[in-house]
Amino acid sequence: MRKSKFWPMVVVLLLAMALLSACATPAAAPAGDAAAGDEGTAAEAAGDSANQVEVFSWWTGGGEAAGLEAMIGVFNAEYPDIEFINAAVAGGAGTNARAVLATRLQAGDAPDSWQGHAGQELIGTYVAADQLEPVNFLFEENGWLDVMPETLIPLISQNGNIYSVPVNIHRANVLWYNPGILADNGLEAPTDLDSWFAAMDALQAAGVEAPLAMGEQWTAMHLFETVLLSSLGPDAYDAVWSGEGDWAGEDVTAALENFAKTLSYTNSDASALTWQDASRLVVDGDAAFNVMGDWAEGYFREIGMAPQEDYGWTPVPGSNGNFQFLSDSFVLPVGAPHRDAAIAWLTVAGSQAGQDAFNPVKGSIPARSDGDRSLYGEYLLSAMDDWASDRVVGSLTHGVVANDAWKSEIDTALGLFLTNSDVAAFQDALVNACAAAGPCQ
Amino acid sequence: MSLSRDRLISIALVSPSILAVLVFVYGFIFWSVRVSMSNWVGLLPDYSWAGLANYRNLMHDPRFHIDVRNTVIFTVLFVAGCLALGLILAVLLDQGLRGETFFRNLFLFPMAISFIVTGVVWRWLMNPAQGSRISGLNLLFDKMGLDFLINQWYTTPYWGIGFIAIPAIWQMSGYTMALYLGGLRSIPDEVREAARVDGASEWQLYRYVILPLLSPITLTAMIILGHISLKVFDLIVAVAGKQLPLDVPAIYMWTTTFDGGFYNRGAAIGILLLLSVAVLVIPYLRYTLRTEAEL
Repeated sequence: MRKSKFWPMVVVLLLAMALLSACATPAAAPAGDAAAGDEGTAAEAAGDSANQVEVFSWWTGGGEAAGLEAMIGVFNAEYPDIEFINAAVAGGAGTNARAVLATRLQAGDAPDSWQGHAGQELIGTYVAADQLEPVNFLFEENGWLDVMPETLIPLISQNGNIYSVPVNIHRANVLWYNPGILADNGLEAPTDLDSWFAAMDALQAAGVEAPLAMGEQWTAMHLFETVLLSSLGPDAYDAVWSGEGDWAGEDVTAALENFAKTLSYTNSDASALTWQDASRLVVDGDAAFNVMGDWAEGYFREIGMAPQEDYGWTPVPGSNGNFQFLSDSFVLPVGAPHRDAAIAWLTVAGSQAGQDAFNPVKGSIPARSDGDRSLYGEYLLSAMDDWASDRVVGSLTHGVVANDAWKSEIDTALGLFLTNSDVAAFQDALVNACAAAGPCQ
Repeated sequence: MSLSRDRLISIALVSPSILAVLVFVYGFIFWSVRVSMSNWVGLLPDYSWAGLANYRNLMHDPRFHIDVRNTVIFTVLFVAGCLALGLILAVLLDQGLRGETFFRNLFLFPMAISFIVTGVVWRWLMNPAQGSRISGLNLLFDKMGLDFLINQWYTTPYWGIGFIAIPAIWQMSGYTMALYLGGLRSIPDEVREAARVDGASEWQLYRYVILPLLSPITLTAMIILGHISLKVFDLIVAVAGKQLPLDVPAIYMWTTTFDGGFYNRGAAIGILLLLSVAVLVIPYLRYTLRTEAEL
């Protein structure tokens, strides 16, 4: 009896140990070798030939997931012999997904293409680690350079190489307002910072305690980048991000003081609110203004609000003529397991059909200026007009102008500023952040 | 023969876990120490030697100062709150009242919930909105005419972290009660009777007889609660998200590593966390091992 139990147990234990060591091996493999050795293992694991494309994203819910499904539909119609594998990972704005992607890349298990915010978030992280191929050839072959704004291209490139295919465009510098409250107080939508401050002073005098709605910390960074653009103007704004401008300059000091003044009009419970909660304060009439990206419009529609009646919009005062953008885009990894299929996916992602399938559902505008105007609502049409004519500048919060390391240092500096309101210390911290993790080294 | 087979079985049984612990605990501790002394920023590992620079930078990092301050405030309030509430509940339950089992389970139940669930519920309860948007406990206070109790909860400047201790105490005081109740039950009735015969009042009985006898329980509870509070992460994120006024080392470690790519700094924070827990736990382990050896 004892004997019969003993040996099976030993076998089970040996198996368990073998399993453990098998789990440990891939983690120990150096990431550098990964790109080369990856093709074999990934194909083996999936157990088939080159007829598939694994696309990694954080579009798992709502309009985003539905938009992705619509674009996959276009892809399947054009490439029926390629199987599409949707490797989406849930989590707000991709925080979780990007941690998972980093783990996969470090283990040498790259997907065929992944989603990323166009600009420095991709370039600073993945190009710096030699993980991405330039996609200039796709832009040239498909004529995308003619249909995308000229000022967009440098913001998604490094040293003349374009590193991603933008699928959609969101605008960051939008001021949402409550038309009823403004009309009741005899105010018009402000056009520059001074008239904005004057309007908020008037509203406070009329008993609106916190005329400007703000939410948790990242929405404060969103407000910060728009006020920075309004105060500096597009040239100086671009300059501080490219490293040519001086973060210690007086114009930056003035911009930070404007930001501090803007914060004085915000609600005291900001840190307890999500961006939806904060945007909702405007349509509910608890606040007059909210600065948020134009995904807020999708939210307003979702809760049954009507454009121009329940909410109005204008560029953040002082930033008229500038389109502060962010974009979800797809990349071509070095050593993609199925490179041809990945190129096919990118071709669809940049095509008119693909973008017009995705964007009306997601509630954003196409990166191309030749989208089918019959598919888009009133706000999105106005954004499409501005996209075609405005100067394009990049967003900080959403990954265009600063790499992850720099952005996280700015986030810390901003968080400290929100607790102590010390403009001089904030500016010092911004100077240090640029020197430590930005281009000011 | 049969003895050596028993030996074999026992070795075979423990070897996987020893191996796993060696690799996944001590191996990775060593690896984290190495990363914390490197210049690794970004996606690809960079093991170039940085010495103690990352630790030195943290010592001058205003955000890390906030983290340490918040951890100290949270730990003191959380541990003291749990011990006090747990002891009171245990003493009440020990009076031999009817329905003791019911109350014991009632108080113990919150422990079965994860910190995330607790956090989400208390996020609603501790809604800091006031005026027309008032809700949660503030609304309750408003309706009951207890306006002086309406407050900003975890958005209170400077002391906000203290309010995070409330859900933590709610969750863990039942567990502390169970520990104390076990301790109270192990005190023989003769001891209490002897004290009463000597003319001790109930207060003196608890102050001079029961409490000193419970001190090993208090120490155990402090260690268990203390290491939970040093590592707190999920509760704060669930209640308040990741915001700097409520930052703690574990949150800083997460954001700087995965949002910013500062693997070197994240590893350094991780090692400091490990050391702070070790300072608490290792003397306790030595103490228990020694007392067990004496027995």
